[in-house]
Amino acid sequence: MSEADTLVRLDGVTVTFDVGRDGFWGRHPKQLRAVDDVSFTIGRGETLGLVGESGSGKSTIGRALLRRTPVASGTITFDGQDITHVRGEPLRRLRRHMQLVFQDPYASLNPRMTVAELVSEPLRVHGMADSVEGARPVVSALLERCGLPADAADRYPHAFSGGQRQRVGIARALALEPAFIVADEPVSALDVSIRAQVVNLLQDLQRERNLTYLFIAHDLSVVRHISHRIAILYCGKLVELGPTADIYDRTKHPYTTALLSSVPIPDPPLQRSRTRIVLAGEVPNPVDPPPGCRFQTRCPMAEARCREQAPPLEEKAPGHWAACWLS
Amino acid sequence: MSYQHPDQYSAGRAEAEHAEETEEARSGRPFEIEAATHGGPFRELVRDKLGMTALVVLVVLVLAAILAPWLAPSDPNKIGPRIRMRPPVWHGGTWSHPLGTDWQGYDVLSRLLYGARTSLFIGTVVVLVAGTAGVLYGLYAGYRGGRADRWLMGWVDVQVSFPGLLLAMLLIALVGGSVLSVTAILAVNGWMVFARLTRGVVLAAKERPYVEAAEIVGCTPRRVVFTHILPNLITPLATLSVLEFARIILAEAALSYLGLGIQYPGVSWGLDVARAQDHELFGNQWLILYPGILLSITVLSANLLSSWMRVALDPQEREKRFAGRAIRGGAAAEPGT
Repeated sequence: MSEADTLVRLDGVTVTFDVGRDGFWGRHPKQLRAVDDVSFTIGRGETLGLVGESGSGKSTIGRALLRRTPVASGTITFDGQDITHVRGEPLRRLRRHMQLVFQDPYASLNPRMTVAELVSEPLRVHGMADSVEGARPVVSALLERCGLPADAADRYPHAFSGGQRQRVGIARALALEPAFIVADEPVSALDVSIRAQVVNLLQDLQRERNLTYLFIAHDLSVVRHISHRIAILYCGKLVELGPTADIYDRTKHPYTTALLSSVPIPDPPLQRSRTRIVLAGEVPNPVDPPPGCRFQTRCPMAEARCREQAPPLEEKAPGHWAACWLS
Repeated sequence: MSYQHPDQYSAGRAEAEHAEETEEARSGRPFEIEAATHGGPFRELVRDKLGMTALVVLVVLVLAAILAPWLAPSDPNKIGPRIRMRPPVWHGGTWSHPLGTDWQGYDVLSRLLYGARTSLFIGTVVVLVAGTAGVLYGLYAGYRGGRADRWLMGWVDVQVSFPGLLLAMLLIALVGGSVLSVTAILAVNGWMVFARLTRGVVLAAKERPYVEAAEIVGCTPRRVVFTHILPNLITPLATLSVLEFARIILAEAALSYLGLGIQYPGVSWGLDVARAQDHELFGNQWLILYPGILLSITVLSANLLSSWMRVALDPQEREKRFAGRAIRGGAAAEPGT
């Protein structure tokens, strides 16, 4: 991918959280490496699916990208500009170009504001509209595009269903016409029956507006449909990254294999015939990870080498990266 | 007379936790309950007989204080050497001095009315000044967080640990007692509760996804604080303000009683209790009791009102009451429910 086509670039990004102190007088701060040396790029108009289980650091990557969480080391580049340490007013202006769709459509809309106020707020705070009334044409167009009824503007969030609220959240994120949207598990709080509608909406919007997505999810079934490439995260480390088809059909990492086997296939005979890999063991403590591969404690194929040396993320096939000694 | 109740701070904290639950309860609640409990706070007040009585008493007191110059039979500071120790009307006194006069010939009713003026004025102004200052302080500390928060709240701890009465005595000895100095000193000494309560609510509100959404959308910190966080504070602050109002009135009376507050020619209930006590040998205990009773009634009413407010302004509490009535069958019997 050429440099001009890259919108977002992460280089060796590490995010740590302080989790108390050790030693006499607490001289040694204990740190949790929530995200450990993660690098990837996202091209313009591309969707990168970011998959991992709870605590794997996937949301932290999203937050770090949006500059909500400080980065311990590494650099984040957005549109050719190093934004790793942007803060204050320049950061506020940067918000015009990168937005977030929240996981919880119930808690992420202020219950005291009408939909028109919510959706026009980004426009007002960036001086693109002087009042709620002034922003009304734009708001109506956005709401209509996101599939909400015309009278939605003057109602409060509690009058809507979860799916509709998520549409309000998407309309708000789109108001500033950003280039990049982080969708942090945007459908995991919704009923299965409406997930597809919201995912399709996001996909249509991407085509219309050439949007770039980082689509965070905790299982592989949702991301397959929308992602061009998929990154698999385990315990703060990137374990596999590649085009969607390769991830599904030419899996290189045993963790991905296990994740795939947990996705049910809507075909009973086929579902019955395949073997489901149930991972035993526990996720290592990210405060004090064991030497070697982080997946060794649960890996069915782990060897002596895996317990001594951490496998590097290598390009196993063109564009398909994995961190495993055995692939 | 305790000057600062430690449990009022814990009450403030409980209030903050309450606000948190309320928010959750408000979103995604079934419409029927919403409608049933939305008879509004006033309807809840009519049901709460104690709260209603307290409100009526306070309104009467406020009106009496405002209209004191027209209601009072005479100037509260007019000495009448020839009308000393007149009995009240029901003991054979005259209507020109309904509650009688004291040993210096002051009209008792007039002094009570003007005393109400002092008490309510000081209570209101102190709550407004200390409340505004404390809320701004708490908003800043809570929203900034980190080191700023630790230092600012550390200062609050320092000031709280300093005995308020001692501080007041020290300052009044320096500047002299007057309505202005008493107000200023009580405000200087009363803002910390508001700061603590506010900071607690801000810390909880800051973690709400919709506050994060406002920040990501690009709201300035000022807008995030005042548009998105401040509304969470209305209920706990209203309750705390009324409680503080009662505490300030008591504190002013205490200072005046000790001779550190309002001085002649000012009029204050606390001052009158002290004056009457010095002359108890004249045998009229009523002179002590009048201002004392009024003080008690005012403080009691304010406390009852605040406990009603806690329930009435909190949808979750209202819902509980509604459910209670529905179970007892009261809801069906009541018209319009």
